[in-house]
Amino acid sequence: MSDQTIISAKNLSLTFETNDGPVHALQDINLDIHKGEFVSFIGPSGCGKTTFLRVMADLEKPTGGSITVNGVSPEEARNSRAYGYVFQAAGLYPWRTIAGNISLPLEIMGYSKADQAARVKSVLELVELTGFEKKFPWQLSGGMQQRASIARALAFDADILLMDEPFGALDEIVRDHLNEQLLELWAKTHKTIGFVTHSIPEAVYLSTKIVVMSPRPGRIADVIESTLPSERPLSIRDSAEFIEIANRVRDGLREGHSNG
Amino acid sequence: MRSIIPVLTVVGAIFVVWYLAAVALNSTWAYDKAKRADQTLTFSQMVADTMEQDKPLLPAPHQVAKEIWKTTVLKKITSKRSLIWHGWITLSATMLGFLMGTGLGILLAVGIVHSRAMDMSVMPWVITSQTIPILAVAPMIIVVLNAVGISGLLPKAVISMYLSFFPVVVGMVKGLRSPDHMQLDLMRTWNASRSTVFWKLRLPSSMPFLFTSLKVAVAASLVGAIVGEMPTGAVAGLGARLLAGSYYGQTIQIWSALICAAALAATLVMIIGIIQKITLKRMGMAV
Repeated sequence: MSDQTIISAKNLSLTFETNDGPVHALQDINLDIHKGEFVSFIGPSGCGKTTFLRVMADLEKPTGGSITVNGVSPEEARNSRAYGYVFQAAGLYPWRTIAGNISLPLEIMGYSKADQAARVKSVLELVELTGFEKKFPWQLSGGMQQRASIARALAFDADILLMDEPFGALDEIVRDHLNEQLLELWAKTHKTIGFVTHSIPEAVYLSTKIVVMSPRPGRIADVIESTLPSERPLSIRDSAEFIEIANRVRDGLREGHSNG
Repeated sequence: MRSIIPVLTVVGAIFVVWYLAAVALNSTWAYDKAKRADQTLTFSQMVADTMEQDKPLLPAPHQVAKEIWKTTVLKKITSKRSLIWHGWITLSATMLGFLMGTGLGILLAVGIVHSRAMDMSVMPWVITSQTIPILAVAPMIIVVLNAVGISGLLPKAVISMYLSFFPVVVGMVKGLRSPDHMQLDLMRTWNASRSTVFWKLRLPSSMPFLFTSLKVAVAASLVGAIVGEMPTGAVAGLGARLLAGSYYGQTIQIWSALICAAALAATLVMIIGIIQKITLKRMGMAV
């Protein structure tokens, strides 16, 4: 982990103008994310965690403050394809095979056919889906589809991976397995990951930094630097250290709620 | 093949109702004839008569079947009394109109989806166009096109197009807009251009909608072609057969032309259904 700042938000605000008056989705957000960090955003619905991630991805425009991604504006970062984005649903195209889906961004970005094939092969290995190239999405389980969508986000050379509750729709056993895989993948690829979740164990298990957010207005309640070792078996979730961090996250969430 | 019994039951029921209606509707004429000849008919004589009249109010199914057999299989295709010849004329206008209508429909839909101005300005006219009875417009189209020297196939095809572009526009607008926010956002994260989004996402997503629209459109095209044949002075085509039949009270001829038109429409819809199945299967979207 180096100290290079990848994402830097200063006094960032975003207000949606609605018919019921302004909604302060984000207010005075200050946060630095360094290269190689795994940062989770956790909070109740309406706390702006997804909005914050979408601002980083230039899917929403902030209405106040500033944010840089890789030292430039989110729009420039998006134009230079600086990040891969994973949504809650896999969103695979039903008319493309798994390999076809993963090569879709590569086609759009103009990678050569040979390069596409090589990259598809390597990311499928990374998410343990080798052998499923020719299958259509409906032939795969929900967890496998989500792995394919992660592979799609990894296929091109983006150093940042933004994930919006990617495992939210999956059952707990699949989720545990994917969490383990995601950590392995992160260790292998050294990407900077922004991860939105509403699960405390998931956030604590995965992250090097946990950003606790609270709603109305959406703001950061607490930033917790994880003290857990980088080697994390699933059993680490029973350790005293893990429980301590989880409690701190829970306190942060509770505090945010009583203020709101 | 478990569906064959219900299907046959329905077909059988239709025939029963048809025969009963033929007896009921044609009996007046049978009794009138008998009265003028100073005869009295028994019930079975009356029924026999209603089955074999020359110009029945409602021809019995076997009369129509015989007429169709006579005018398709037993006539040379080049004969002006061959239903196949007339059917081919209608079919060619239908297909040309269908292709034009589909092309126009897709173009309009692409414009409507990509331009808000077009959405606001064109869509109301598209809908208005279909509220005008085609029977009122058809003669005008024929006459106007004739005046500028266009006659024959094209005017009929234009009327077919007029009817068939509408379902394509409506279906394709819906289809091209069917990708959800997430899929569009995903394209945005890859910095995809509008044309890329169209070719890689919108167009493939719209395929199921397109085929559903095409089925409606091809049937509407056939109706358009038939309507277009009516004001042309009853020269050729299924529409001409219908018109000539009604001039001379040839109800059997009318019904056989009607049945042929219906069979033609059913065949066209079925062909599109087969293409749909193959295409969607190859696209991995089999239904």
